[in-house]
Amino acid sequence: MDYKKDFPVLVERNIAYLDSGATTQKPQSVIDAVEKYYKKHNANPHRGAYSLSIEATEAYENGRDKIAKFINASREEVIVTKNASEALNLVAYSYGLDNLKDTDEIVLSIMEHHSNLVPWQYVSRKTGAKLKYMYINDNYELDMDEVKAKITDKTKVVGIVHISNVTGTINNVKEIIDYAHSKGAVVVLDVSQSIPHMKIDVKELDADFVAFSGHKMLAPLGIGILFGKKELLTKMTPFLYGGDMIEYVYEDHTTFAPLPSKFEAGTQNVGGVVGMSAAIDYIEAVGYENIEKHERELVDYAVEKLSKLDYITLYMTNNPKHHSAVISFNIKGVHPHDVASILDNEGVCVRSGNHCAQPLLRYIGIDSTCRASFYLYNTKEDVDRLVAAVEKAYKMFEKYLKK
Amino acid sequence: MDNLEEMYNEIIMEHSMNSYNKKKLSSHDFCDLGHNPNCGDEIEIEVKLNGDVIEDMAFSGHGCAISQSSTSVMIDVLKGKTVKEAKEIIATFIGMIKREITDEEELEKLEDAIAFKNISNMPARVKCALLAWHTMEDILKKLEEGEK
Repeated sequence: MDYKKDFPVLVERNIAYLDSGATTQKPQSVIDAVEKYYKKHNANPHRGAYSLSIEATEAYENGRDKIAKFINASREEVIVTKNASEALNLVAYSYGLDNLKDTDEIVLSIMEHHSNLVPWQYVSRKTGAKLKYMYINDNYELDMDEVKAKITDKTKVVGIVHISNVTGTINNVKEIIDYAHSKGAVVVLDVSQSIPHMKIDVKELDADFVAFSGHKMLAPLGIGILFGKKELLTKMTPFLYGGDMIEYVYEDHTTFAPLPSKFEAGTQNVGGVVGMSAAIDYIEAVGYENIEKHERELVDYAVEKLSKLDYITLYMTNNPKHHSAVISFNIKGVHPHDVASILDNEGVCVRSGNHCAQPLLRYIGIDSTCRASFYLYNTKEDVDRLVAAVEKAYKMFEKYLKK
Repeated sequence: MDNLEEMYNEIIMEHSMNSYNKKKLSSHDFCDLGHNPNCGDEIEIEVKLNGDVIEDMAFSGHGCAISQSSTSVMIDVLKGKTVKEAKEIIATFIGMIKREITDEEELEKLEDAIAFKNISNMPARVKCALLAWHTMEDILKKLEEGEK
């Protein structure tokens, strides 16, 4: 299937876009849905008694229903945020600060993106709770032995990323969540890198909190989702205070709106939610099975091609079943930023750097990598362009490397 | 950029991969670390003075070809200059990268560092080229303020 034709940026520009792990391109249907909302239905939701405002409210709340159904949650468990980072901060502030004390432990995987790591450092500093890490093995995977060694009866929060944005490792989150629950911990799951590629069912996973960004799954920038179990969200204090999250406001105190509004202060991003709805429609129309099959073929092809270049180091598990659509690599002796500049000159867009995962890179023993991340619109031709550009980059440096 | 090889030219490649300036001095008067948190580049610059003259310099650390070579070339250019001359050269280099200084005659004092002129065509890499120069600027500022 040719999905590229649905994405105007990819039609108009002659590029191999291999940075979907950072943000995806948007299909015409998402762009159209956002445009239609602003042209025909825009008003402040939840405020006006006039029909236009009610249309905006419906667009927003229907979007929430669609998102809830998409992840198998109930609507009051779906909180709209600006991105995954805000969703994770909400959990850290509203759950972490109020529920942790100095005898408790927070356990994170070393694979966490800074967004599920830095907020917990803050909680640790404020509450005195000890911060511990679960480390990966030589095959870039997290062993259950390590999980069981680190999660103890003292552990109150476990932060785990479903798929690493650096190594592409798919963590066995179901097993980790079950084990954490057996020890009495709540689990904060980051599915930002998995939900674009595979079905996420929050009930089946039984995670307590689940965060993701819309823009990594075809939706516009500036929209993110936090799922939280109702019994937890109900007990939590609000994160942001202000308009629309209140019930009664007196001069000296306030009672708060019920879920989910309690966590949604201020005018919300209706256009973003509308775009997210359209993104879900697009993903469901294609089907996760087709997305997974297409990406599997592409990633296998890319790994096969890149593995043949003896000057390349790949930072990924050798078990394809545990690996998603992210390939981190380096040309031995050449800095990733130089490689990325040369690739850019060939129309190949990859990310270079530490990928907001400095502790992971330090643990692996490197400063940075090049990262090619794939999505449904990529083609074998994109992979061929990547490999040809990598070969060119190596040739430019080769004679200087041999000295 | 139309021709990337223009940027990754002989001077830049030689200095980035095999720099004789990448070493530790036996003693130094000033030492400072330049760090770019976005990309992880870290460059430590050592300076040894003889009165008002920069007698010797060296660098260590890691980073991309552009930041490494820019540091090494800067050392070649600044060694043997007075502090006042060094400050002028640094200002000219930064001006060149920002395209505020284009006068060929003025740019001549940059010697080999003129090889970085085209980096302004690669906006994503400007910070790489400037890292060492900003670090050296800070060192000279400290020197003026009488710190050690």
